[in-house]
Amino acid sequence: MPFSYSIAVVALPLLMFLVLGLLDDRLGRRTAGVIGTVAMLVTTVLAYGVALTYFFGTGQGQIVDGIRQTVTVWNPAWLTFTEDLVVRMGIALDPIAAMMLVVITTVSLMVHLYSLGYMSNHEGEPEKGYQRYYAFLGLFTFSMLGLVVATNIFQVFIFFEMVGVSSYLLIGFYYTSPAAVHASKKAFIVTRLADLFFLLGILILSFYTGTFDFESLVGTGGAAARVAQGSAHGGTFMGISIMAWALTFIFIGGAGKSAMYPLHIWLPDAMEGPTPVSALIHAATMVVAGVYLVAKLFPLYVLEQGAMDVIAVVGAFTAFYAAAIACTQSDIKRALAFSTISQIAFMMTSLAVSSSDVALAVSPSDALIEIHGGRGLGYMASMFHLFTHAMFKALLFLCAGAIIHAVGSNENSAMHGLHKHMPITSIAFLIGCLAIAGIPPFAGFWSKDEILVACYAKGLGWGLWMTMVAGLTAFYMFRLYLLIFFWSDHKQHGHHAPADAHWTMTVPLIILAAISVVAGFVPAHDMVTWDGKPLHTQLDWTVAGSSVLVACLGIGLAWRLYYKENDAPERMKAAASGLWTAAYHRFYMDELYQFITHKVIFQCVSKPIAWFDRKVIDGTMNLMGTVTQYCAAMVRPLQSGKVQAYVLTYLIGALVLAAALIACVLI
Amino acid sequence: MDYSQFLMMPQEIGLLTVFLLVFIYDTFMPERSQRALPAFTAIIFGIFTALTMCPCLAKGGQAFGGMFEANDATWAIKLILSVGTFLVLLMATKWSNSEFISVRRGEFYELLLLTLFGMFLMVSARHFLLFVIGLETASLPIAALAAFEKRRYESHEAAAKYLFTAIFSSAILLMGISLVYGIGGTLYFNELAVALTIGRSALLITALAFVIAGVGFKLSLVPFHLWTADVYQGAPTAVTAYLSVISKGAAAFSFLIILAQVFGAAYSDVWQWMLYALIILTITIGNLFAMRQRNLKRFLAFSSISQAGYIMLGVIAGNAVGMASLMFYVLVYVFSNLAAFGVIMAVERESGKTTIDDYNGLFRTNPWLAFTMMLAMFSLGGIPPFAGFFSKFFIFVGACQTGSVAIYVLVFIALLNTIISLYYYLLVVKAMFISQDDCVVPAFKSACGERLAMVLCVLGIVFIGLASCLYAGLNEASAAAFPAF
Repeated sequence: MPFSYSIAVVALPLLMFLVLGLLDDRLGRRTAGVIGTVAMLVTTVLAYGVALTYFFGTGQGQIVDGIRQTVTVWNPAWLTFTEDLVVRMGIALDPIAAMMLVVITTVSLMVHLYSLGYMSNHEGEPEKGYQRYYAFLGLFTFSMLGLVVATNIFQVFIFFEMVGVSSYLLIGFYYTSPAAVHASKKAFIVTRLADLFFLLGILILSFYTGTFDFESLVGTGGAAARVAQGSAHGGTFMGISIMAWALTFIFIGGAGKSAMYPLHIWLPDAMEGPTPVSALIHAATMVVAGVYLVAKLFPLYVLEQGAMDVIAVVGAFTAFYAAAIACTQSDIKRALAFSTISQIAFMMTSLAVSSSDVALAVSPSDALIEIHGGRGLGYMASMFHLFTHAMFKALLFLCAGAIIHAVGSNENSAMHGLHKHMPITSIAFLIGCLAIAGIPPFAGFWSKDEILVACYAKGLGWGLWMTMVAGLTAFYMFRLYLLIFFWSDHKQHGHHAPADAHWTMTVPLIILAAISVVAGFVPAHDMVTWDGKPLHTQLDWTVAGSSVLVACLGIGLAWRLYYKENDAPERMKAAASGLWTAAYHRFYMDELYQFITHKVIFQCVSKPIAWFDRKVIDGTMNLMGTVTQYCAAMVRPLQSGKVQAYVLTYLIGALVLAAALIACVLI
Repeated sequence: MDYSQFLMMPQEIGLLTVFLLVFIYDTFMPERSQRALPAFTAIIFGIFTALTMCPCLAKGGQAFGGMFEANDATWAIKLILSVGTFLVLLMATKWSNSEFISVRRGEFYELLLLTLFGMFLMVSARHFLLFVIGLETASLPIAALAAFEKRRYESHEAAAKYLFTAIFSSAILLMGISLVYGIGGTLYFNELAVALTIGRSALLITALAFVIAGVGFKLSLVPFHLWTADVYQGAPTAVTAYLSVISKGAAAFSFLIILAQVFGAAYSDVWQWMLYALIILTITIGNLFAMRQRNLKRFLAFSSISQAGYIMLGVIAGNAVGMASLMFYVLVYVFSNLAAFGVIMAVERESGKTTIDDYNGLFRTNPWLAFTMMLAMFSLGGIPPFAGFFSKFFIFVGACQTGSVAIYVLVFIALLNTIISLYYYLLVVKAMFISQDDCVVPAFKSACGERLAMVLCVLGIVFIGLASCLYAGLNEASAAAFPAF
């Protein structure tokens, strides 16, 4: 069986979770960390082996006629309900799954290594739940890997939930802090709400197409047949085809995990978790699960333009919305969180705009293919950006962790002027900023450029809008960078002068920084395309030039405002105080949710229901309970302990049984 | 005589070999090696069970002029019974070496293995004579086993009550069988199936009711259940554990075969209505009594009565799916109930405590035992994702496949009772985990054998439901075995 060792990639983190979770305190703190990290290292090596063999090897069914194939490694039936309803569990490799293996294991390994130093103490005390922390990391990595190699959409759902649970556990890791507990609850509830739609989507989809399996849903020629079948069976609901409904619901599930507006509210709060966790889960892996999901079902979405348009609009709006908020945040992790939301929205938009270009290219006019090197450029760009973004965003978060560790605060007012004290972190952070701003030759430039090309192909407006957001990205990232590392001299608060961290924390920074420099040169156009055929892209100089120019403008503006301490930012703030305050308060989305849940839902819906529940339902239940207890007391004398009585009852029972049936059947 | 027909009964022959080995060991080995007898028995019985797991033994066939039949389904149910007995043997090792038992240790094992042999015969019998022989072999030694703790008054009481009721029920059963013989003129199941199609008579319905009452004793269906609680409480816990799962499993399986094969064609509506009433009574009364018990062994006695009602749902279905779900239910029940009994046995041995109140705060002194007990209760109550949920699910599905509205109503009543049963199962969990009282059971280390048994039970509870191949395999086996009727 080709790639049979890929099972180990998934199994090893699970094993690590079980070992660390079950042994818990019986392992030393350091031992637990080292076991976890070494296990993750082995997993990473294996995952690289799988991915490299998949992309560059031959002879194991990866490429047939120049098209990359899905290789199903292992796919046994797990739950057989009926002949048709079979839930399978397995491992399948396709280009994006192989790419995700690399992303997840790389970032996870870096986080494991980094946490050895970062988690060693908590506010001066030795960290208590060290073993628990590593066990949860293992659980998360397992869930995420199981998600990306899924062979069917039900498996995706199961692992989606597990990802949610492990994210919940990790956000609430500092469970003694009320803020962390609130944040973990919020994250869990919001994503669960979204997953409800996801489940609904899955049920509709599989009800009308009769399958869960990706192979038959989106395999060669499968999508069109399935959509036709689904539409034929399901017809339309409220004027929209049933398949579009299903796909939109599935997107909502993905949007919950990927923090698309208006389901983004949990992500900024999730920053209450340990910073390496934010790097792993809320920057690089879990939050792209939604993008991954849409990409996985891309051939279906292509055939349902309605659903794709929804995604495109949501994505484009979220990208801008989050970027605008990021410009005002003073908490370094929250700024990065909004930046993540914005970047993921880039990926979503890119996927969505790509569908129209794929659909167009089906028509005889192949002009677009000529210009942009092939169909589905946006798909490729989105996946490419997912890859590069994971690297540089993890880098930025880990840098943030190092800084927070050094100064003991999340607020950038406590930082300022750290460049002299933490040169390695500063340079790594700068590389991350350059990458996300899209300055060549850093990784972000290449992927973002292709996203913009895909957007221009959809329409000039889309292209301009996204270019503007890219400029905003450059601005807020450099604002953050300059406020942390420059602005004024550092005013020391703690006992120690801030300095670069322990090597376990610095090495991951250096590695990720190196990856962020070179990742753009990965030939993604050859590797991750929607139909498995390589694209022939070339740099579009107009788009590239204009986006670099806009990015430079953003950086220049930030430089002008934030390099040295001055009152220009304050004056600007005062001039647009309404807008600034609104953005700072995240346009009051949280308050809106609070209002809707507390004032509307709790007051008008929950309270009457609660009353009904307490008085009527509980009353009925209590009545039943009392009656049952009463009956139990009534039948008690039957059990007298006298064996004569037992036998008499026995005989009477047998006779009554016979007599009753004779009476019923014969008479 | 054609000796090759003995090849049809590899499991019985294997079991007899185990029995003989134990017997030889007990009789001829010197006194100082006798302490190793429990371990010896457990090991060779384990080897026997492992060997019979080989599917090549599942080949079908009839022997002794059609009195005995082996097929995939009988192979599977015998295997399940063997696994359960193995667990009981593991749990009993420490107990049977205790002061007052050790003198007659060998007899305990010999009698136990003989009853299992009787059950094997019951399961494979296709002739009423062989069935009765199997049934008696399976029941009478139990009375001796129940009396094993000679110094305890309750143990005697249990044995006397058991013996008396067992004899009475046998009389009723034989009465029923003789009536059947009088009408049909034969005792072969397959010939009776033809002979009884001649027409309905009051006599035959009486016969049917007596047969049901006779087997209902083994299954402790209400109103033939009254002995259960006293015997369960009085008998040594190892015997209670054995009685509550193994003998129930065997009886339920052969019950299904008799009803489906002998009375299947012409009388299915009659016995289904009889069972219908019995099931409702059994589940409900079992639950009502279980709620008020404070002694854990009595509590489990009533819980097992109510569980027997659920097992009967597989019988009332009377089809291959019913048989598969019945076997699956028994399999899960073996693991869940034995886990609970394992804990009770360990706690009783160490502290002599058996009431629910004694378990208050057990979690703080013996967390692993409390954890095992919790899983057992969850599984018995049918909480997903533990095995008990799946077994209940499948048995309901099996019953619903008959498609009649009355059965849907029955399943609904059973579902309601599941909720009631949750109440008392969770009472135990609540006592162990939530109750703030100081625990009267001191912290102790369980013996090696019972720890192994409980680990196996926990693994079974957690994984049997998830490993769907098991149910699929049972389904295939019973589908292959069923057309034989």
